[in-house]
Amino acid sequence: MTGWLLAGGPVIPNFGRPSACLKRNGWFCTDWMGKHWGDTLQPALVQHIELTLVAVGIGFAIAFLLALVGFRWRIFDAPLGGLTDLLYAIPSIALFQLLVPLTGLTVTTVEIALTSYTLFILYRNILSGLRSVPDEVLESARGMGFTRLQTFVRVELPLAAPAILAGVRIATVATISIATVAAFLIQYGLGAPIFDAIETPDLFKTELLASGGLAILLALTADGLLAVVQRAVTPWNRLR
Amino acid sequence: MPSAAAELVFDEATKVYPGREGAAVDHLSLTVPAGEICVLVGPSGGGKTTALKLVNRLIPLTGGDIRIDGTSILDHDLVELRRSIGYVIQQVGLFPHMTIEANIGTVPKLLGRDRKWIRRRVAELLELVGLDPDKDRKRFPAELSGGQRQRVGLARALAANPSLMLMDEPFGAIDPIVRARLQDEFLRLQHELRKTVVFVTHDIDEAIKLGDRIAILREGGRLAQYDTPQRILEQPVDDFVADFVGRDRALKALSLRTLGDLEPTSAAGDGLPRLPAETNLRDALAVLIAEHREALVVVGADGRALGVVKREDLLR
Amino acid sequence: MVASTFVEAFRFMPNHFSLLLEKAGETAELAFTALAIALVIALPLGLWLGHKHRGLLLALGISSVGRSLPSVALIGLGIGILGVGFWNNTVALVVLAIPPVLTNTYFAVEGVDPDAVEAARGMGLTETQILTRVELPLGLPLLLAGLRIAAVFVIATATIAGIFGGGGLGDIMARQVTYGLGGVFAAALWVAGLALLTAAALGVAQRAASRRMTPRT
Repeated sequence: MTGWLLAGGPVIPNFGRPSACLKRNGWFCTDWMGKHWGDTLQPALVQHIELTLVAVGIGFAIAFLLALVGFRWRIFDAPLGGLTDLLYAIPSIALFQLLVPLTGLTVTTVEIALTSYTLFILYRNILSGLRSVPDEVLESARGMGFTRLQTFVRVELPLAAPAILAGVRIATVATISIATVAAFLIQYGLGAPIFDAIETPDLFKTELLASGGLAILLALTADGLLAVVQRAVTPWNRLR
Repeated sequence: MPSAAAELVFDEATKVYPGREGAAVDHLSLTVPAGEICVLVGPSGGGKTTALKLVNRLIPLTGGDIRIDGTSILDHDLVELRRSIGYVIQQVGLFPHMTIEANIGTVPKLLGRDRKWIRRRVAELLELVGLDPDKDRKRFPAELSGGQRQRVGLARALAANPSLMLMDEPFGAIDPIVRARLQDEFLRLQHELRKTVVFVTHDIDEAIKLGDRIAILREGGRLAQYDTPQRILEQPVDDFVADFVGRDRALKALSLRTLGDLEPTSAAGDGLPRLPAETNLRDALAVLIAEHREALVVVGADGRALGVVKREDLLR
Repeated sequence: MVASTFVEAFRFMPNHFSLLLEKAGETAELAFTALAIALVIALPLGLWLGHKHRGLLLALGISSVGRSLPSVALIGLGIGILGVGFWNNTVALVVLAIPPVLTNTYFAVEGVDPDAVEAARGMGLTETQILTRVELPLGLPLLLAGLRIAAVFVIATATIAGIFGGGGLGDIMARQVTYGLGGVFAAALWVAGLALLTAAALGVAQRAASRRMTPRT
């Protein structure tokens, strides 16, 4: 298939002396998982984490700046929101390919696409968080002589934290999921062994389950960790 | 830090909102002497909240001037002006993400006070407003009741020891029993602190109870009458004020004086109801009516009878 | 280079209009079938749990797990179990669509003003009547907002099916060699258009539902 032509062809796994489980293409062949943890699964997992961290990190920086603009000048809100909407609506496999002429078959291409997908969620959450501060809180801040900057740093930003962190959480998990599609383009991340398994004649079930399972596990772990962070930095939110 | 009470002067203060017909506050002139409570009261649309917010420039003046101790508010730095004025609103507006301690310490911190000073001040203020410094300091606003939150709001406004307090219906959202208690405590505090206070309410009874002076504003933000509660009740300048104060204004006037203000006679008081000297005349009359009596015994703080007061003495 | 892709894409559209239309139809069929099945399963469950104010952790858990499922792996799993074709992709999409529909339905009903519900109960409405006449209409705007998110998500994901022989506009996108980059871009624009149109339609419904509740002044 085209995707594999782009990616330089499938890597036929070297079975060596196949176990009984592998011979009947079982779903859960632990011997394969153990043998290929070091050369296939673990590197893919590390690459996947790296893809996600970079995309969410850069995405957050960009979304934060955009949200500040939309927050400060309301007229920019609709166009910026529309832009992130549009980026989000472009299917990932198309966006990956569209970027290839510009940045080639590289990790950069994948990162640009992944980053652009995070903007949609992050922009919305940051903005709605900043706007969620109750009027009476803003009024008392003004009445107490907060400057505009102090109001932002000490009141609006901390009160927006739960919504912002919720956005980071959703964006992280979504990125982990979408990043598996990156293997359509290059052999990188957990998508690579997943595609490999699907492209193997008769479907390489153990590899699919192991790598797909790792992707799910990674997403759930990230979700859980960020939930803990969310609770830890917003103690006032726990009381209800 | 300014601690002495300030004199507040509204001098033809006017606010016209652009695009709206008529003024919200119309050439308002009145003087609040240092250390007194001035209650702004009136129907909705009377501009009382607008008048209040003109003082800390949350709403900019259209015309006229407002002076604090002789200096125009327009000559103050905006931020410094607001930090030097205590501000309490009905919805309290506590910062939900800060502990009670951090909430109360907000302005001192902005003013650069050190941590130790703030801690001491917070403990002092919590005690002053009737909260437990040890237990309540580290709690978040969401853990407090409405009444407790307003106490914290009051403590926060007092934190930097302002010479002027602006209070916008601070007890408006609190149930009647707690409200009465907060009013009493507020009066006790004021007796101690002697701040200049501008207090907005739509409740004439609250105005009578708390105000040293009452300013009644009518529709369009015009001042109808500015006087002591006594004179407002006894000599309303026109029908609007009389109506606003209510038909029972004679009864309300009774609530301004206590049995201790009368001179009891030394008649025999056997079997008559006994009431403490600090009971107000309105409540005393209510007791006489309920018990079908013509006279009562006034009791001093030490429990000894001071003498007998007759029903007609109350009404004189 | 970007500009030329643009030009190619817009030349591709009239030249392959019937192909795009056919593929868009396939994508829509796949996405809407999956959405409809997800609705049939998740809507009643979400309504019931929300009405009972029960299963908060279940709703949150399902939405977390749902978001964590990588679509590629899920479609692969579908192939493993059901073989290549329409149904493996549909099943995968149903699994992906259930969590957002369920959670949003749950929170839409759960978040309805408890005073309104209590008033209804006080007036003698049965539990079913409370759900259909009070909670559902009041929660409808939020419910439709959730449906909108789910729909856009399912349409976008449906294209991934194209990589694995599921047809639809994804099919064009996965065959750059045949259709060129212009074709890929054209198909992408059509998918985006389909998603945005669906979102707009549900957005209109959402606004109509919430307008009914705002008092006219």
